[in-house]
Amino acid sequence: MAAPLLQTQDLSMHFGGVRAVRHVNFSLAEGELRCLIGPNGAGKSTFFKMLTGQLEPTHGQVLFRGKDISHAHAHDIARLGIGIKTQVPSVFDGLSVRENIWLAANRLHAGDKTRRVVDEMLTRVGLTEAADRLVGQLAHGQRQWVELGLVLATDPELILLDEPAAGMTHEEVNKTAELVREINRTKALIVVEHDMQFIRMIAKQVTVFNQGSVLVEDTVDNIMRNPQVRDVYLGKQAAA
Amino acid sequence: MNARSLNLVGLGLVGVVGVAFLVLVPRVVELDVVLELTVYMIMAILALSLALVWGYGGILCFGQSAFFGLGAYTYAIAMFNIGESTVPLLLAVIVPAAFAALLGYFMFYGRISDVYLGVITLTVTLILFNSINSTAGPEFHIGSARLGGFNGIPGIPPLNFPGNKAAPIDLEGMFYLATAALLATYFGLRLLLASRFGRIIVGIRENERRAELLGYDPRAYKLATFTIGGALAGFAGCLFANWGNFVSPTIFGLAQSAQIIIWVIVGGRGTLIGPIVGCIGIQWLTTALGANQPSGGSDLWAKIFANAPLIFGIILIAFVLLVPKGLVPTLGDIGQSLLASRGKGAKRLQPKRAEEG
Repeated sequence: MAAPLLQTQDLSMHFGGVRAVRHVNFSLAEGELRCLIGPNGAGKSTFFKMLTGQLEPTHGQVLFRGKDISHAHAHDIARLGIGIKTQVPSVFDGLSVRENIWLAANRLHAGDKTRRVVDEMLTRVGLTEAADRLVGQLAHGQRQWVELGLVLATDPELILLDEPAAGMTHEEVNKTAELVREINRTKALIVVEHDMQFIRMIAKQVTVFNQGSVLVEDTVDNIMRNPQVRDVYLGKQAAA
Repeated sequence: MNARSLNLVGLGLVGVVGVAFLVLVPRVVELDVVLELTVYMIMAILALSLALVWGYGGILCFGQSAFFGLGAYTYAIAMFNIGESTVPLLLAVIVPAAFAALLGYFMFYGRISDVYLGVITLTVTLILFNSINSTAGPEFHIGSARLGGFNGIPGIPPLNFPGNKAAPIDLEGMFYLATAALLATYFGLRLLLASRFGRIIVGIRENERRAELLGYDPRAYKLATFTIGGALAGFAGCLFANWGNFVSPTIFGLAQSAQIIIWVIVGGRGTLIGPIVGCIGIQWLTTALGANQPSGGSDLWAKIFANAPLIFGIILIAFVLLVPKGLVPTLGDIGQSLLASRGKGAKRLQPKRAEEG
């Protein structure tokens, strides 16, 4: 079997006495799409922050293509090829949609090439019409698309999506699922989501976090049937 | 008319007004007015340095006067030692820039938060004030230049034409130099802000974490911005030392530091023309109020109007509360909504671009 794209070994994060993430051993293959689920406070967002260099782990390692990035700066990790769409859209609110995407594309391209990449990306996320509007004035769903466009324009190897379908309409959720599957044709993804409908649309393999640790890792169908998972998390949705 | 062509019209307007001002003023007004306008131009360059650092770079620097003062003192000291102004002028830019780079390195790479950054920069300028202030004795000298402590350094030799010591620049020449320097600074900064570097620093101001997650190192960009700001302020300081042939520690004082911030707030953060307008307007007001000294009478209003700090305090509070975006952006907004209503809603409001201002 080929070496994993991303691997964590005994990864832990403590905030004072709170152990947000505990001894997580996680592995993701090239081109894989993995869903992370778990109740609020299970440590999913903290896990993402350690993968992207926004938090320095208390213990353990993060290996990306075999390279230890546990203590690397966020901007260096971004340059290595990990992109993240955060839970609350993190975009440049005071700038236009076009300028937002430009800032992402500019890191890889120059001059006319940048302009072309920006135009393509605007089409891809469906924001050509809104290109000259201020991002801060857009609706929540559209700002999510802007952020996705930012991440895609930096052309990462691995994309982390933190609740991409949150606050979206049913139609937008379908569109997002479609885009995620399309992205997965060329890139690996880790997706944090609560919406089981959405997860069924995109994922095969699911990792369940609980109280900072990995509870279980299995296929979507098995996870849905797992009584332990229902207990900690799925109770409501599974009954519905 | 779209935002881009509106932008170009603005740029052309600044150019035409600037050149007309440069050419006409010495021919039309008396020499004392020319002298007064010269210092306005010099201070406007200082205002532009903070407009870049704070308005575009998002770095709240309370001590821009530290670099201004360092530029002035460096020029004075180097001039007494060297005698020909080319090297002193360069030193007056390099020394403050190097000092800004060193200070900035510790602040940005040490991940000092915004509030502390303001405190540190203010403290640094006050430390310089106190240090220079206490160098009155004859034992404090650098080469043949006595620092003079609270008395300052009088009789600083003026700039000369590069390489020709015997051809000093006269008062009218200083006006041309200061005005041309201001125009060059303005257009230079416009170019800088329209470049990749300029667009990235505005992105970092808007959302530092996102810029980082896209692969930009905010520390390096902030350091570069801060250093350019320091160099510009130093250059303005050099011109200032020339203008009065005198420099004293009050240049590092609290009043001077606060004034620069007020210029930018009144004129408008995130524009370049705003701080120039704010700077010139406030200085003009200072002069006007100063000329209005009460002549021993007991007229209450005269006394109030002669109290410049009180008037400035009121102006600052009024702006922060009523015109928080500053003069120029607010006028721009009004202009745009007028345009939009005349176009019967056909034109949407255009977002501000990074290179605008």
